[in-house]
Order: sequence, then C-alpha cells, then structure tokens
Amino acid sequence: MAALLLKVNELFCERDERILFENLNFDLHAGKILHVKGKNGSGKTSLLRILCGLYQEYEGQIDFLEENVQEVRDLYNQSLLFIGHHVSVKQALTPRENLNWYAKIHPQLDASLIESALSSVGLQNYEDVLCQNLSAGQKRRVNLARLFMFAKERFTNSLWILDEPFTAIDVDGVEKLERRILYYIENGGSVILTTHQPLQIGAVVEQLNLDDWGT
Amino acid sequence: MLLNQGIYSGNRDGFEVVHMIRAFWAELNRDLLLAFRRRGDLLNPLLFFVMVVVLFPLGVSPAADFLAQLAPGVLWVCALLAALLSLDNLFKSDYEDGTLEQLVLSSESNYMTAMAKAIAHWLTTGLLLALMAPLLALMLFLPTEAIPVLVISLLLGTPTLSLIGAIAAALTVGLKKGGVLISLLVIPLYIPVLIFGASAVQNATLGLPVAAHFAILGAMLIMSLVLAPFAIAASLRMSVSS
Repeated sequence: MAALLLKVNELFCERDERILFENLNFDLHAGKILHVKGKNGSGKTSLLRILCGLYQEYEGQIDFLEENVQEVRDLYNQSLLFIGHHVSVKQALTPRENLNWYAKIHPQLDASLIESALSSVGLQNYEDVLCQNLSAGQKRRVNLARLFMFAKERFTNSLWILDEPFTAIDVDGVEKLERRILYYIENGGSVILTTHQPLQIGAVVEQLNLDDWGT
Repeated sequence: MLLNQGIYSGNRDGFEVVHMIRAFWAELNRDLLLAFRRRGDLLNPLLFFVMVVVLFPLGVSPAADFLAQLAPGVLWVCALLAALLSLDNLFKSDYEDGTLEQLVLSSESNYMTAMAKAIAHWLTTGLLLALMAPLLALMLFLPTEAIPVLVISLLLGTPTLSLIGAIAAALTVGLKKGGVLISLLVIPLYIPVLIFGASAVQNATLGLPVAAHFAILGAMLIMSLVLAPFAIAASLRMSVSS
C-alpha cells in the first residue's frame, strides 16, 4: 500500500464572501495524480496555494504523511515543487543562473542536472542568454525545467503542485512534460495539477471537480 | 514514523543549517548580480544624494562657516532619504515575477534569506552612500577631521536603515501604492539612527568624543541585524499569502 501522502480534511475557503469550497475532503497517495478541475474562478488556484502553504485564509486540516502540515513545514517544503501562474524567472538573469539559484534555495533540486534539464525543455544553446531575450513560452520552459532537476532519490514521498503547467507550451513540449510526470509518479512521486487541456498521461488520474464543492 | 525514512533520517538539524547558509549566499549572490545587471538603478539613490547636497548651498547660503555647521545634519538627512527612496523596489520585482513565493517556500523560517536581501540592499545603497559622503562633505566645508567619523557613522547607521526599511517594504509589497506607506512606517523608526548618526558627526566637528554615539549606533545595528530578519520573513510570508 502506497503511503498516504496528503490528507485534506474539512477544508473551507471563502473569498470575497463567496464560498469556494466547504467540507472538502480528499486523500492523495504516493504515486498518484490528482487533476483538479473546475470553471474559471472555482478556486483551483486558491486550493493549490493553500496546499503549498502560500495562502492561509482557510479552515480545516491538511496532513502530510499523517502529520499536520504546519508542524512539518520544513520537511514539506523540501518535498514540494510548486509551479504557479507566475513566470518565476528573473528577466535579468540567464536560464542557468535562474536554475542555479533555485537549486540552492530548494535542496530537492539538483544543480548538476541543470544542463540536462535545459536541454530536456528544448533550451540547449540558450543557457547563457538573458531571460528577457527569450519568448514567453521559453521563459515558461525555464521555470518548468525545475521538474527535470528534481533529484530522483527524492521522488519518494514528494509532491509536485502544478498550476496550469501547460500554458504557452507547444504540443511537443506538452508531450515531454507528460512523459516526465509519468516517469515521476512511476518512481514514487505524486502530482496535483490543474489544466484545461485533456491529459494524455498513460496512468490513472484521479479527478476532483471543485464545481461540486462550492456555492 | 514515515518521516524518519529515506534521506530524511540522520542529522536533519545539521542539514537545515547547511541549507540555510547556502540559501543565504545564493540570495545575496543573486541580488548583487541583479543589481549589477541593472547598474542604472544603482545610481538613483546616489544621484539623489548628490543632487540634494549640491542644491543645498545654492538654495540656502554658500558661506563656508554656515555650511560647515549644517553639514552633519544635511548629509545624514540626505543619506537617510536616499536609502528610503530605494526601499520601494526591494521586494517589488520579486513579488511580481513570483520568485518571492518560491523563496518563501524554500524554508520554514526564511530568516537567512530575509537577512540576505536586507544586506544586499545595504551593499547596493548604504555602502555606496557612505563611500560617496566624503566628497560631498568637502563640498559642504565639513572639517576634515570629522570626515572619518561621518563615514563610520554612516557605515554603522545605514545597515540599520536597510534592515528596518526592509520590514516596511515586506509589509507593503502586496499593495498597489505601498511607497507612501513605507515612508510613514519607517520614518519614526529612523529618527533614533538619524539623531545619533548626525550628532556623532556634530561632536567630531567640535572636537568632542564620539565613542558613545558609535556604541549606540552599533547596538542598534546588532539589534536590528538579529531581530529584523524575523519581522521581514514574517511580513513577506503574509504579503505573499494574500
């Protein structure tokens, strides 16, 4: 039986006097993908930010490996990779410098994988170009290269939270990302993601539709 | 039980310390590199400092003895305002491009990274202002024996300004018009630094001892160096999560 990675209990979130979700319960086991669905404004991003610990205005409990996430925050942060809506890339730095910084502040990322990660996202020969000279899609790819830097020995009991990871990525790129996600979960990782595109991952994807949980 | 498996077993505390120090250098390194890439922005506080000090004699009086009397206060006030002006951008661009939230996710406390950002701010403003000050002091006819005291007082005082200012900058980073609020928040806290900094220079011009002033500036620096990062980190966490 795979470890119970994340247990969400009676989660409630309200924004601008509108209840996004209440009594939300779900479990996420290691090696599983959870696809969070819902209309625009249904609270997908809010949920993902709550799960990352980046949004505190909620009620309910989140357990990571059967401990309250508030109490194991450091361990949780080091098991987590979050890709949000922001570019999360410094324009005045090169892709290599950006990823180097990430590897140093997030110990779960391996700096020795920067080269291979950049070529995995199709940015070979762009390592030392300032990000301000890259296209929007290429900047997103620099950010997504972090998925390819996640150290394999840390896959077990780790979690990727991906908010619309496929935005501005071409068909080839999406396919590569899906292959990476599949490789990751097959080796013990878990993924929570939102996307409006149909997922082509050859694995069981659990669904969570937020339209059913709010008002 | 599960938490003790795999790579997390063993000396987690030691790992935490190493991680925090690595994150500290990474953040300092990145901020300095960014400042270097945008050298033009580095000049802003310096230009402000120079312009106000240059315009002052033109607007008031060019008489040497009059200027010498005013010089300690004028130099300190201008340096303080120059440091204050640069605070607005301390966290703004990181907040907007999302690297700030990634930084907040890097560790539970963010104490070291918050300190790194404040130190980077000082290295790119306060330090440069302190190095620039002797030139402007000569222009205002500050007695030469007071110039080392001016530089030392700025070197001791401006880091405190950066650390305290970073708290206000972190609190207001999520707001659209945080700039005014920053000034309102930090000016009262800057006053003690200004008083002891300026009066150290004043004492030096009169040939009075300045050790006590330096001691108090140093004490304020150490206190803010130890305590301000907690407040900066907590404020950043709050600003990111709204």
